[in-house]
Amino acid sequence: MKEQLQKDFNNSIKNLSLSQKDIEIKKFCLDNFIDKGFPNRKEEDWKFSDLSQIIKNNIGELSFYNDQASTNKVDTSVFVDGLEHNKIVFINGRIEKIDFDYEKKDQIEIIDQSETINEFRNSNSLSDLNNAFTNKCFKILVKKGYQLIKPLIIYHTTNSKIWSKNINLRLNFELDKDSSLRLIDLFNDTSEKNFLNIFYNFELKENAVLKNYKVDKFENKNIKYSFNNIDQDKNSISETFILSSGSNFSKNEINCNLNGIYASAFVNGIFSLNSDKHHEIRSIINHLNENTKSYQLIKSVLDESSKAVYQGKIFVNSDAQKTDGYQLSKAILLNKESEFNAKPELEIYADDVKCSHGSASGSLNEDSIFYLMSRGLSYQQSRELLINGFLLDVVEKITDSEIKNLIKNMIGIKE
Amino acid sequence: MDNRQKEINNLKDYKYGFSTDIENIQAPKGLNEDVIKFISNIKKEPQWMLEFRLKAFERFKILKEPDWQKPKFPKIDYQDLYYYSAPKSMKDKPKSLNELDPKLLETYKKLGIPLQEQARLNGIAVDAVFDSVSVATTFKDELTKQGIIFCPISEAIQNHPQLVKKYLGSVIPTSDHFFATLNSAVFTDGSFVYIPEGVRCPMELSTYFRINASNTGQFERTLIIADKGSYVSYLEGCTAPMRDENQLHAANVELIALDDAEIKYSTVQNWYPGDKDGKGGIYNFVTKRGLCKGKNSKISWTQVETGSAITWKYPSCILKGDNSVGEFYSIAITNNHQKADTGTKMIHLGKNTKSKIISKGISAGSSDMTYRGLVDISSKAKNSTNYTQCDSLLMGNKCGAHTVPYIKNKNSESNIAHEATTSKISEEQLHYCQQRGLNPEEAVGLIVNGFCKEVLQQLPMEFAVEAQKLVGISLEGSVG
Repeated sequence: MKEQLQKDFNNSIKNLSLSQKDIEIKKFCLDNFIDKGFPNRKEEDWKFSDLSQIIKNNIGELSFYNDQASTNKVDTSVFVDGLEHNKIVFINGRIEKIDFDYEKKDQIEIIDQSETINEFRNSNSLSDLNNAFTNKCFKILVKKGYQLIKPLIIYHTTNSKIWSKNINLRLNFELDKDSSLRLIDLFNDTSEKNFLNIFYNFELKENAVLKNYKVDKFENKNIKYSFNNIDQDKNSISETFILSSGSNFSKNEINCNLNGIYASAFVNGIFSLNSDKHHEIRSIINHLNENTKSYQLIKSVLDESSKAVYQGKIFVNSDAQKTDGYQLSKAILLNKESEFNAKPELEIYADDVKCSHGSASGSLNEDSIFYLMSRGLSYQQSRELLINGFLLDVVEKITDSEIKNLIKNMIGIKE
Repeated sequence: MDNRQKEINNLKDYKYGFSTDIENIQAPKGLNEDVIKFISNIKKEPQWMLEFRLKAFERFKILKEPDWQKPKFPKIDYQDLYYYSAPKSMKDKPKSLNELDPKLLETYKKLGIPLQEQARLNGIAVDAVFDSVSVATTFKDELTKQGIIFCPISEAIQNHPQLVKKYLGSVIPTSDHFFATLNSAVFTDGSFVYIPEGVRCPMELSTYFRINASNTGQFERTLIIADKGSYVSYLEGCTAPMRDENQLHAANVELIALDDAEIKYSTVQNWYPGDKDGKGGIYNFVTKRGLCKGKNSKISWTQVETGSAITWKYPSCILKGDNSVGEFYSIAITNNHQKADTGTKMIHLGKNTKSKIISKGISAGSSDMTYRGLVDISSKAKNSTNYTQCDSLLMGNKCGAHTVPYIKNKNSESNIAHEATTSKISEEQLHYCQQRGLNPEEAVGLIVNGFCKEVLQQLPMEFAVEAQKLVGISLEGSVG
């Protein structure tokens, strides 16, 4: 893999006009990645999902260079109907379209940061990979007091042109004081066997509101890793919803720093898996100031030989008195081959806090099925009704009614 | 001053902190094959036992000290320790208690463990382990009548080699982790219990461990076998003198329950925790593992952990037999600079297996406490259930309380439920108690005892009273 990495790296920086210093930084990150390789189960955070093995078994050899010179045709059929929205379209990792038609132009700024390096760090080698190979990077700045009229949908589309490729994406968002953004990430892949490595950075100033909905619903054979870093100032709110279903392997990581007082974070997730899919959500909520609040709810329905992993951590700094932290994960195992692993973690250094977590996994309740069948439903209908209700609980947590309905329609959950 | 206050004052300092000035025989300092041969030789062990030790030592040489735990500690120099230390008077073992060194008897009397049988009224058979050797076992005759074997493990190796050979290392093999392997190589003494088929042990069996010599590691090994349909309740207590340096305690405890057998294992651990600034204290790195080998067997661990500078242990159950049950009840209290990383592992292999985990953690002062546990339901463990509850209480904002559970469910017919909460004693509760005339310390004691009640109830009577007091004492000075 080393030669391939080096070769592809040289190809990719050729097309960029970077200063010598920036190239050095990228080189340093590359060397770091070569040194560490893909994360494997020896690392605590990857204990349940050995990415190195998964890539080896599903993709084999990866290549890292993407020729971004030619444009791809935007396929408008993937666009969401019935909801007016702003768009960013990625096709095979290349930004093809940025469109804020519904908004006041002077209130949103799109800054091309491709020529400057802003290093992104998390605890694993994938951030190094991303730093080394990302070649287009935009920052979206929502100005003070502006609240986007329509939601923004980011379409992540890949097509069969790419094969065994690693795609690295990076987007930065800054929400200035009193601003708000509703953001939907929609994955639509017709490609196979690629590894997507996506890094988002959000900066929320005072009173800002971010609602991020990640929908990975369509069947595909890709492997995805997505990392969201959210820094929150005083009184800001972030809401993250993850629908984890379509890809072969997916790991969503949310790292949320509640820096300002009264900041709050909500993470809700659904795993709906079948065949031999393997998905993971890992959340880290860092309570760093007083009176901060976090709430997490993750529900999974696992069929066939699928496997879901939830690792959630609530960290409370010694300054973060009056923290309120809550975390609940529930799983239904429908098949004897399916597997659910959880590691709900609390790390607490302040005494005046209210923190709790719960985790439960098991089969569908036979008594409930019996009850419904005695009311005239078939076994299959009862099962569906129970699963539907189980998942609806999470969808109901979505605070934006427009998007809630959209997502309900997408996954076919009935009320 | 009323009685209670007096009692508290008596106990305020670590009351077991004295050391006994007694002549010792020690193995040469350091760890090598010669020392292992020395230990084996002095214990007059058969060849197979020496081979067991050497095999473990071979493996120990390639192992590295683990470093994933939360409480970090300075590197231990394993060559700077004495691996064998015994009172000189024990060289030719006394035949009866009357021949025992009076100094030893006095030590145990001071600890509240009178060894003279006539002094025992409440009928607990005690095996007392002083540094590396077992000094006395009481109530032997009565137990022998029922066919129960309760003796130091070194005696069992000589008198019941077939049993020891069959079961020693069957739950904690010589190829286990770093500290367990070290123990397999150099263990010195400990208790051996065998309960024959269908026998319900008529009294509580108890071992009392004491580290006396300085610079000595204590490596004891306990092996308890409950044959078909038998029952035994076993207690373990431990203390050590106050010393400035840290002392290592790495014990191995193996429990084996055959068909329909039940073992109840209770620990009140009160090793010297170090002084207020975190100097000295015991490193308590213990491997405890129970195997529910037979059908319908049950193993229950109860622990009250108040001592030690660092406690690092996970009493575990391997539920191999169908319908077997594993239980874990724990109270861990850390104060000043103490650190604890403790919890349990429940490994479900058989069908219809059940496990229950109740863990209560209390941290005060600048201490740090972690619950770390594993519940693993394998794909064959149909219809198994686990219930876990871990609650933590924080006192003051310099301490930490952490919960790290690992939950693995590979069977769709099994259910796992896990709950954890962290909070502090509410002002309302304190106010209410004080309004009723309790001073703040008493109020905290009362609330904490209520918090721990679920676990304290599991202890045998005599221990429960001691443990309840210990809970109060450990938190002295943490209020306000």
